[in-house]
Amino acid sequence: MHTTLAHLLSNGPVLTDGAWGTQLQARGLGIGEFPDLWNLTHPEQVLQVARAYVDAGSQIILTNTFGANRIRMAEHTGAERVEEINRRGVELSRQAAQGRAAVFASIGPSGKLLLSGEVSEDELRDAFRQQARALAEAGADALVIETMTDLAEAKLALTAARETSLPVVVCMVFDSGKAKDRTMMGNTPEQAAAALTAAGADVVGANCGQGIEGFATICGRLRAATDRSIWLKPNAGLPTIVEGRARYNVSPEGFAGAVPELLRLGAGFVGGCCGTGPEFIASAARVLKR
Amino acid sequence: MPDLQQLYDAVVNGDYKAAHAITERALAEGADPLTLVNQYMVPAMDEVGRRFECSEYFVPELLISARAMKASLELIRPLLVARGDKPVGRVAIGTVKGDLHDIGKNLVASLLEGGGFEVIDLGVNVSPEKFIATIKESQANIVAMSALLTTTMPSMKTTIDALQQAGVRDQVKVLIGGAPITQKYADEIGADGYSESAVGAVALAKKAVAAPVA
Repeated sequence: MHTTLAHLLSNGPVLTDGAWGTQLQARGLGIGEFPDLWNLTHPEQVLQVARAYVDAGSQIILTNTFGANRIRMAEHTGAERVEEINRRGVELSRQAAQGRAAVFASIGPSGKLLLSGEVSEDELRDAFRQQARALAEAGADALVIETMTDLAEAKLALTAARETSLPVVVCMVFDSGKAKDRTMMGNTPEQAAAALTAAGADVVGANCGQGIEGFATICGRLRAATDRSIWLKPNAGLPTIVEGRARYNVSPEGFAGAVPELLRLGAGFVGGCCGTGPEFIASAARVLKR
Repeated sequence: MPDLQQLYDAVVNGDYKAAHAITERALAEGADPLTLVNQYMVPAMDEVGRRFECSEYFVPELLISARAMKASLELIRPLLVARGDKPVGRVAIGTVKGDLHDIGKNLVASLLEGGGFEVIDLGVNVSPEKFIATIKESQANIVAMSALLTTTMPSMKTTIDALQQAGVRDQVKVLIGGAPITQKYADEIGADGYSESAVGAVALAKKAVAAPVA
């Protein structure tokens, strides 16, 4: 195991962070605005979010760089500031962490489908390589490839990320099929874990998708299919819309109450995705007696 | 005349080359284009939908079947147009204002085409004004809206309200979908229908055009 990961796991399971987008919205990010651009335009607000997670007890915080690949950015702001946004994202999380938390830099999907020819393998690989390199050069401790729905794209991102020599986490969304246990492309947790392990992921996992109650099964199945550590970031249930805003039905306490079961089933890293915030992490920290 | 069961199989199995070749031969030998669609291709897409519903098929299989359907329709559609046959319906589809995600929308668009609809794809970040202009210009009878984000779903309501104000709401059925969308939300904002999956969206659209516009 990579020394960075071994060090983090040496005192037991590791608490990561929660969602960023909703936290930035609470600080004024408008609907449809590109959150990652705030690394340049609203660094103080990004810093506040990162700090809130460190204060809540996150041992790992991510970066506000989820969408900062040139394929996705081409639709938003133009792609010329990819490197700058990624670099600032790492710097801001690093500044918030002050050595109290590790900084794992976020890499999200391109938003395009390989299968329908909207994007080519080469374009994906180049885009992820550019982002991964910028994050690594800015001093990230590890890279987190997250919210992936297509195993083929995840593997291309992984290959690009591994060139940096940083440890790489890869997590997929399992929310399709009758049992809501497949990726959009139909892969099972077993298939994903095996393929990502074979492709050299240091940590494999699941994020987003269904609410935390569905993650126990997925965790157990990932655990059985790989010798790597397991990374989980569930949603706080599925939202209902109240007065134009998403409201998630799982409380911080309800969320935290489900965490011990995930650890029992073998998760090494646990945090939250959509609908979770610093209070969810704080609540989980209390349950884990941190 | 080629064995037309092979056309059905080609669509179900997503073999676009075979779908194209069999259609070409059948048409050359005088097959009725509408018969090919209604007796072989539509049932094939129904079977694809059934397999998707029971988790035998996933998005990749849907995409390749839709591509096979399209390969065949490219040959058939001009013939139907030439003799004055109308498409099942005309759909103006787009991802709502503020939202740039188009994987789901594209999938629905290609399955609707496969289902015999004429699809006007307005792309992503589509403003209410653009939907309204399209309805007026093209006489679309369905508006299909997609949103991936909880933060952009409210644009669906804004769009429906704008259709109302522009006086075109009654000309169309409004169908919505996307990861955070629920039937409850559809009811709340006054949409005419919601589908959880791309396959369901085609059935929903067919139902919508079969029912009289309110």
